[in-house]
Amino acid sequence: MSDDGGHRADHTWSPRVVAFVCNWCTYTGADLAGTSRLKMDPNVRVIKLPCSSRVNPLFIIKAFERGADGVIVSGCHTGDCHFSTGNYHARRRFAILHDLLQFMGVEEDRVTFAWVSASEGNKWQQVVNETTARVQLLGPCGMLPGAKGGAE
Amino acid sequence: MKPLQELAHKLLSEGTVKVVIGYEEGPRGVRPAFITDAAQAEKLIFDIRCVQNLAAYLNPRRTQVAQLGKAAVVVKGCDARAVAGLIREKQIDRDGVVVIAVRCGGVLQNPETDTVLTSETVSARCGGCAVREPSLHDYMVGELPAEPPVNPQRAEQIAALERMSPAERWNFWDEQLSRCIRCHACREACPMCFCLKCTAEKSQPQWIDSSATLQANRAWQTMRVLHQAGRCVDCLECERACPEHIPLGLLARYVADAVERRFDYVASDDPSVPAPFGVYRADDEEEFIR
Repeated sequence: MSDDGGHRADHTWSPRVVAFVCNWCTYTGADLAGTSRLKMDPNVRVIKLPCSSRVNPLFIIKAFERGADGVIVSGCHTGDCHFSTGNYHARRRFAILHDLLQFMGVEEDRVTFAWVSASEGNKWQQVVNETTARVQLLGPCGMLPGAKGGAE
Repeated sequence: MKPLQELAHKLLSEGTVKVVIGYEEGPRGVRPAFITDAAQAEKLIFDIRCVQNLAAYLNPRRTQVAQLGKAAVVVKGCDARAVAGLIREKQIDRDGVVVIAVRCGGVLQNPETDTVLTSETVSARCGGCAVREPSLHDYMVGELPAEPPVNPQRAEQIAALERMSPAERWNFWDEQLSRCIRCHACREACPMCFCLKCTAEKSQPQWIDSSATLQANRAWQTMRVLHQAGRCVDCLECERACPEHIPLGLLARYVADAVERRFDYVASDDPSVPAPFGVYRADDEEEFIR
């Protein structure tokens, strides 16, 4: 990742958060938050996907491996899926992923699941700010090679 | 086991099947047997040392076994659920296999060292088994033995892990997974791992580093266990195959419990019951979603 390396100009640590969002609701909602000039923490990198059911658990693991400290997974509210049922299937997978990650010792607050519709710019702002604040408290993620407990 | 031998003899001599996959006495304990000659059927045995899940040999990945021709397979209840899983996922035809179920009273955790079935020596999966007489069968042999004793060890370990802080759990798995040498024996032994090309071997893009770093081991086991969610039959072949004795059964059982808690689903011995990730309910719990 060729960016600020998770550090602010004043050398205090600040988390890197990767957001996997669906094209139809959350991405549009995030766009609305932007055009509405809502103030958000600049820590979140958005990756647009066709649907929340496109999120493979490996995306999340890979994000942590490559230096993310937190992950947001977000899509349409249930019933609103562009493809009718994508998020229902995704919800089942996320539920087990959520449980398993915790069992393996990943703090619950590192991965945020949220439904954000195209009109919920405010909610996106809230999700971004809250996630950043929670991950800030947890500190860097140990899945990065050489980090806390990570392999070289 | 007389009825089993007689049945195998009949199936082979009548030409119903070309091979009977069962258990035989080997030089170092019980081993899988591939009986192709009716005269050899008397070799077949079944007792509490027969821990192997022979459904793994029906897996289409095992091309050498498939070359032998139509097979009859000796299964315990847990193994029958694996056969059902392979049928459910269209890996084998129901008509392409003869299922010989043996009524089971539990098997040993370590057949190499133990000889008597007690709550300490019985396999962690056997307590409370609901498929001792599986519905998926063509033949059912043997008398129904007494209920297997309950080995509480694994449930206690999972409960202890759940009481730990995330950091303690992280360190626990660090210790366990740092031993992993990425031999992929867990995958090879698994009856439900049937992909011809595994994600762990894909290089473009490479999702999981193929070298045995702690980070890659973590990703590998997370992915493997997630791919087994709702499909794992808890036969514990992965744990038994692991040369580093990593407690993979803890992960498997935890995920199976989560699937049961959330979706009210236990890997079924009925192939017509859909797998939990092929279906959904509008009112599935979403307490973890903001």
